[in-house]
Amino acid sequence: MTQTRRIPGTAIAAHAVLITYTIIALFPVFVILINSFKTRRAIFRDPLGLPTEETFSLIGYQTVFKQGDFFLYFQNSMIVTVVSLTLILLFGAMAAFALAEYRFKGNTPMGLYLALGIMIPIRIGTVAILEMMVSTGLVNTLVALILVYTAQGLPLAVFILSEFMKGVSDDLKNAGRIDGLSEYKIFFRLVLPLVRPAMATVAVFNMIPIWNDLWFPLILAPAEEVKTLTLGSQVFIGQFVTDWNAVLSALSMAILPVMVLYVIFSRQLIRGITSGAVK
Amino acid sequence: MAAPSKQKNRWHIAVFLAPAVLVYTAVMIYPLFNTLRLSLYSEIDQERIWVGLQNFRTLFGDAIWSEQFWNALANNGWFFVIHMLVQNPIGVALAAILSSPRLRFSAFYRSAIFIPTILSFVIVGFAWKLILSPIWGIAPGMLDAIGLKFLYQPWLGKEEYALTTLSLVSVWQYVGIPMMLIYAALLSIPDEILEAGECDGITGMAAFWKIKLPLILPSIGIISVLTFVANFNAFDLIYAAQGALAGPDFSTDILGTFMYRTFFGFQLQLGDPHMGSTIASAMFGIILIGVCIYLFGIQRRLRNYQF
Repeated sequence: MTQTRRIPGTAIAAHAVLITYTIIALFPVFVILINSFKTRRAIFRDPLGLPTEETFSLIGYQTVFKQGDFFLYFQNSMIVTVVSLTLILLFGAMAAFALAEYRFKGNTPMGLYLALGIMIPIRIGTVAILEMMVSTGLVNTLVALILVYTAQGLPLAVFILSEFMKGVSDDLKNAGRIDGLSEYKIFFRLVLPLVRPAMATVAVFNMIPIWNDLWFPLILAPAEEVKTLTLGSQVFIGQFVTDWNAVLSALSMAILPVMVLYVIFSRQLIRGITSGAVK
Repeated sequence: MAAPSKQKNRWHIAVFLAPAVLVYTAVMIYPLFNTLRLSLYSEIDQERIWVGLQNFRTLFGDAIWSEQFWNALANNGWFFVIHMLVQNPIGVALAAILSSPRLRFSAFYRSAIFIPTILSFVIVGFAWKLILSPIWGIAPGMLDAIGLKFLYQPWLGKEEYALTTLSLVSVWQYVGIPMMLIYAALLSIPDEILEAGECDGITGMAAFWKIKLPLILPSIGIISVLTFVANFNAFDLIYAAQGALAGPDFSTDILGTFMYRTFFGFQLQLGDPHMGSTIASAMFGIILIGVCIYLFGIQRRLRNYQF
């Protein structure tokens, strides 16, 4: 109704605002990327120009590959992120199923207890976490990071997944019970496949904060062989602060994996947020 | 028949709950309370002894400590104010434009504007540091191009601008989140309500202010409390851009960096886990107060409309 009467001027204004903001959002990323492919001279003389045949150079990337162990950092980040996500999803779904499916004494208090962590950041407990990791010998291992991220991700995972599991039809589960399936089989074979979209949402929500975290790698696992990509690039850039080629290349290399993940999962992420999963 | 056998064998509930509850309790809840407990101790001659509230007295009473603490708290407050005044209104405005019907390329805009949010603070901090740097000259060069070069200052290096600049960088990064949440809330408003308003002659901007805005207030409430918790627990951006000393002259020091320095030590300062715990406890208190104000003061007054 309104659309037919709408003045095109409003649409143009809307696009103008959105394009302006899109440029503001993308400009820094763009500047970093194009300059990482230029010679040092060109970086300073013409920071906004695209690399041309004359100014094209990969010297920064060569330094990064020679000096920093980015492949190792990437591998560490990958292990931490994938294992944490798996544990969050598995443990979170199991607990969510228990809370959504069974009526038992202490169901509500248990739900509230697990929900506590949604609002309270785990960082507050850092001092005691470090002490615990030191006394158990887990400091400077990827296990320490995995445990922390799993604990951090569980509250929201349980909350979102139990909301979804309440929606799985009782008839289906009862039919399974009549056929003699154990409660475990009902969970793994019937319920889990049905809540897969919700699991994807939880995974995408947790993935980016875990990948990007600087605090816990800095405190729990700063050793060279267990550095994550985020910490590794932070340290690398700190050391090479005057070598602009290397810094820009390191930044671009740190941007790349997140961008790839974003391109793959952006639809899932946006659908997850807009479906109101975080109400 | 089924009931008694079900009553007997309910171990599976415990099995389902155990892993999550164990990890969560051991790595999150127990350390949290242990940190609160540690704030009541101190180390003297390498022995941990109970000192009661002495650490808090030092933090608030001792001139050196309290000055740093109030500085960090005030900076953190300003950090939060800028997010509330800049990030959330821009987020709401972008969402309102994006949700207008028949807008072309809206999926593209949405994805593009969300990109900064997925980048790590390390990338964001350094990228902006380079762009604003007087050595590289992108910022002064661009201001020069529009004839405003006199406005340029080395913003991150000046005490009076550094914190505001970093807050705005953080806003730049996180605008995507309020935008998405508000966008979702706007889409869930049923057409009938808007059409009913239209029959009464409420369209365009008036429809936004009079119909949509009141309906998305609960979402704005949630975003505010999420912003509050995230801001009072922030660390990474300041650390990546200004280092642990939160320069120039502690003008960008916030509670997170203050706690890191105290607990971990930095340069000449030795690490002190007990004072670190004390600051963590203070942060816990502040976050708790914020969340409670939201839960009991704000959320109850906002009616949730169920469509």
